[in-house]
Amino acid sequence: MIHVIRPGDFTTIQDAGRWGYQAWGMPVSGAMDPYAYQAANWLAGNAPGAAALEFTDNGGMLHFDSGGFAALTGADMQAVLNGRPVKPWSSFVLPAEGTLTLGTAVSGRRAYLAVWGGLNVPLVMGSRSTYTPAGIGGLNGRALRIGDMLSVGPAAGTPPLPRVLPPRWRPAYAHEWQLAVIPGPQDDWFRSAEKQKFFLSAYRLAAATDRLHYELSGPSLTVAAPDMVSAASGWGAVEVPSGGQPLIVTPDHGTTRGFAKIGYVMQADFSKLAQAVPGDCLHFVCTTAAAATTAYRRQQEQLDKLRMYVSKGQS
Amino acid sequence: MANHKNQALAARVLPLGEAAALVSFGTKISLDVHRAVRAFAADLSRHPFRGMTEYVEAYTSVTVFYDPMMLCREKLLNPAPDVPYSFQVAELYIGELLQGSGKAAALTPRHVRIPVCYGGKYGPDLAAVAQYHKMSEEEVVAAHTGGDYLVYMIGFAPGFPYVGGLAPRLATPRRKSPRLVIPKGSVGIAGMQTGVYPIETPGGWQLIGRTPLELFRPDNGENPSLLQAGDSLEFYAISEQEYMDYMAEGSVPVQ
Repeated sequence: MIHVIRPGDFTTIQDAGRWGYQAWGMPVSGAMDPYAYQAANWLAGNAPGAAALEFTDNGGMLHFDSGGFAALTGADMQAVLNGRPVKPWSSFVLPAEGTLTLGTAVSGRRAYLAVWGGLNVPLVMGSRSTYTPAGIGGLNGRALRIGDMLSVGPAAGTPPLPRVLPPRWRPAYAHEWQLAVIPGPQDDWFRSAEKQKFFLSAYRLAAATDRLHYELSGPSLTVAAPDMVSAASGWGAVEVPSGGQPLIVTPDHGTTRGFAKIGYVMQADFSKLAQAVPGDCLHFVCTTAAAATTAYRRQQEQLDKLRMYVSKGQS
Repeated sequence: MANHKNQALAARVLPLGEAAALVSFGTKISLDVHRAVRAFAADLSRHPFRGMTEYVEAYTSVTVFYDPMMLCREKLLNPAPDVPYSFQVAELYIGELLQGSGKAAALTPRHVRIPVCYGGKYGPDLAAVAQYHKMSEEEVVAAHTGGDYLVYMIGFAPGFPYVGGLAPRLATPRRKSPRLVIPKGSVGIAGMQTGVYPIETPGGWQLIGRTPLELFRPDNGENPSLLQAGDSLEFYAISEQEYMDYMAEGSVPVQ
């Protein structure tokens, strides 16, 4: 069992998402940083899709009563295990009666802890991801609280060897981000001057940035035809409400929305979004869906190589 | 990005990011457009293509989500160089379905009756709505229960229906100050829309009553929403005692 001694600012159980229920109004949810989440699972010796903890801003303190194996990826929260520092993007043996303490993120915003065997909570609509607005998934549909107990799923065989990932698999987190955006489907609702403004200006991430959506502040954009009939939205959509300040749709947001979309942040850059901190500077770069698909394939290949690297030297 | 003619309406197919295609049947809400959306969605549910993950029906469009990696494995005869390969494959499947769309019968619409306890603590804005329209509260209830409603789409929140069919004489602007908490089951009016809140959320709708029905049913397997796009709806008035009896029994059979 894992005992939650301190829950951190906003810690939830997430997996690869609750796909297949958007037609019922069910948002997809899932890990905000798919790359860091999957890397944690490979490092911990888990199957893809195993449930992990997503820490936001501050990670809290966990006590493990039995021994095990785990991996920590994403933001650097200055983790310490029984008094010894744990390197970001590493896997490690959990001793029985071990205490893992995470502090405030010094680089990036979200960290992932995957435990060998995965976190054992009930599947809701095929997923263990927490969706707090409806109180479903994860642990009782909410963020962790003091005194919570988490059980770990059964793990077969032996865990992989402890590793510290080489730099080629560790993304660098700064406070200026370049995000590739695929224009459309309503980009013809924006005059070319408005599109230029969007792609040439810097936008700051506002304080309201969570799993529901990210608000941006920067030059206002004008929509030529603001009366838009509600339609499916989706992760990464860059919407422009009549107020003119764009916002980015994140995984817990309502499935359908009525704002014009100037474009979509490409999937390979979702990880950057997850790690950007309020106040950070975002630059949007125009790309094509074809280039975005290539970038996504590269990211998947990188994760495949990581999996092979982890399984190398295993008995 | 091609235009596909079917029997009734031309559809536009546009890429939505790298993992979805928007199939748009128009820009204005109408029954004809709704029927085209329903027919195409019915075809998709009967003939999902490999790599398709799900689809979402809306007022005038269907968005088809797919795994671009899986579609990239399909072979195309004459791939265009500038358009993503996965979208071209998806567009091909979607185009084939659109060619035959409308020939297959649309899914049979269901009729769902929703009990509502109007006014009082369950409908704190009923008096204000009545006053706005210079009607009595009873007249508002009679007009609301007398309507034929259609669920155009589900979205915004889990199980939330976008309902058409509100009598124009009941159209009421949203509250000037939105509420931070709207209780689950609240039945409200906002402009020309009426609807039911399946979960507790903030919102600015005028609340005229509350239903004891659970609209969002996360443990109900493949079908977590009581309502689905295409349903016809009817509201009927129940007393506060009946409301409490329904709640005490835990669930209400769909009538």
